[in-house]
Amino acid sequence: MSFQAARPLDAWNWLILPGLACLLASLTLALPYRLFGFSWPEPVFVLVPGFVWAVVRPSILPPIILFGLGLCLDLLWGNAAGVWPLSILVGYLAVLATRGIASGQGREANWIWFGLMCGLVELVAYLVTAISTHVAPNLVGAGWQWLVTTALYPIAHHLIERFEDTDVRFR
Amino acid sequence: MSLREGPLQDLKVPLTLAAALAAVVAVVAAIALLISTRREPIQDQVYGAGRVVADRVMGPTLGVLSTPGQWLAAGNSAVGKYLFAVQENQRLKAEVAELKQWRNAAIALEDINSRYRDLLGLKIDPPIPMVTARVVLDSRGPFANTRLANAGKEKGVVIGNPVMSETGLVGRVVGVGDGISRILLLTDATSRTPVLIDRTNARAILTGDGGRNPTLDYLRGAGAVQNGDRVLTSGDGGVIPRGLPVGTAVKGLDGRWRIRLAADEGGIDFVRILQFKGFADLAHQAALAQARMPPLTDLNPAVAAPVAAPIVPKPGAAARPVQPQ
Repeated sequence: MSFQAARPLDAWNWLILPGLACLLASLTLALPYRLFGFSWPEPVFVLVPGFVWAVVRPSILPPIILFGLGLCLDLLWGNAAGVWPLSILVGYLAVLATRGIASGQGREANWIWFGLMCGLVELVAYLVTAISTHVAPNLVGAGWQWLVTTALYPIAHHLIERFEDTDVRFR
Repeated sequence: MSLREGPLQDLKVPLTLAAALAAVVAVVAAIALLISTRREPIQDQVYGAGRVVADRVMGPTLGVLSTPGQWLAAGNSAVGKYLFAVQENQRLKAEVAELKQWRNAAIALEDINSRYRDLLGLKIDPPIPMVTARVVLDSRGPFANTRLANAGKEKGVVIGNPVMSETGLVGRVVGVGDGISRILLLTDATSRTPVLIDRTNARAILTGDGGRNPTLDYLRGAGAVQNGDRVLTSGDGGVIPRGLPVGTAVKGLDGRWRIRLAADEGGIDFVRILQFKGFADLAHQAALAQARMPPLTDLNPAVAAPVAAPIVPKPGAAARPVQPQ
C-alpha cells in the first residue's frame, strides 16, 4: 500500500469548509425575505456534512464540530441551547450504528438512509421542544423541514463521491 | 490481497468506536446544556450573556448580508408600483372614499368618548412611546420562531416590550443587547399571550406551536368565538397593553380555534417596539411605600384619613323587600 493511499483527509476541505458553508447557508436563509409572499424554507444544512462525516470517515473531531455547529444553530434560530446539538448528534450516532449495514449501497438507498437520519433528528428536536415547552410543535412545520432537509441529499452525495476514496482504509 | 483482508482492517473498528464515544460525550454535554439553560423567555436573567454576545455579532453581519436583498426588493417594488400605478390609484380612491365615512364616525365617537371620560373621571393609559427597528433575521422553523431587530438598549428597549408590525402584534422582546434585540414571535412554541375576542369580550390564551396559526387555549363559554371574529390583546398580566390587533379567528382542520395573524399581512422588514410600561411600573412606588394606613382603632374621624361616608339606610327600608314594578 502506498503512502498516498493512507493519507489523512485534509481538515480544511473535509471538516472546516463544509461546516462554514452550512452556517453561511443557514444565515442566508434566515434573512427576512419572502418570495411571492412565501417564506424561504429552513433546512438543517448541518445534517449534510454530519451524514457524510459518519459515512465516509468516522473520527473524533466530527462529533465535536457537530456539537459546535448545533450550538450555532441554537443561537441563530433562538432555540433553547442544546436542542440542535443533541438532535444532530443522535442522528450522527444512528448513522454510525447502521454504517456496517447500509454503507456501500447505491445513491437511492443512501438517500433513504439520509432521509431516515433527518427524520430521527427532527423527531428528537420535536420531542425535546414538546417536553420543554409543554406544547406539541406543529407537525406540518416539522414535516416540511424534514422534507427540505432530505432534498439536500445530492450535496451529501457529491461530498461522498469526492471524499470516499481519499482514505482507503475506510472504503 | 484486498485491503479488507489486510492488517489495516482493524483500524476501522477502533476509530468508529472512538467517534461513537466522542459523540456520546457530546450528547451528554448537550443534555447538560439543555437542562442548565431552559428557556424562560420573560425572565431577564435567563437570556444569558452568551446569547447577547452572539446576537450582537450576528446583528451587523446579517445587516450587511440583507442589504443587497433589500435593494433588490426596493427596486422590484418600485417597478411594480410603476407598472400597476393606474390600478393602484383606482383602488386607493375607492378606499379613501370608504375611509372618509369611517373618519367622520371616528371623530363623533372620539367626541362621545372624551365626554364620557370627563364625566366618569376615568384615568386612561398614557400614550406609548415606540422605537422603529429593521429586522435582520427571521427564524421560522417548527421549533423556534424569533427575529432579530437592530434596536437595543441604547434606544431604551427592555425585555418584555411588545412588538408590532404595521398591521398587528408580532411578539415581544426576550433579549436585548447594544444595538440588537431578540423578538419572540407569537407563533413560537414558548409564546403565551393573553387575548380577548372583540365581539364577545371572551378571554383566551394565544399559544404558539411553530406553525403559522397559533391556537386559542383556555377559551370559555359556548359560542364565545366564531369564524372571522377579531382578536385583540386583553392586557391581562400587564405585559402587553390592551387592544392591540392580533388577528382573526379561524377554525383549524384539527377542530381547534386558531388565529390568522394580522402581522402576516404586512411586511416583515420593519417593526415597532412599544416601550410599554404596565400599570404597576407607572405607579409612584416611593409614594405608595410612604402611604400610612389609618389606625384601625382610631375613634376620632377628624384625624383619620378621609373615607367615603357610609350609607345609612332609612329605618325599615332594609327590611322591606323590593317590589317588582
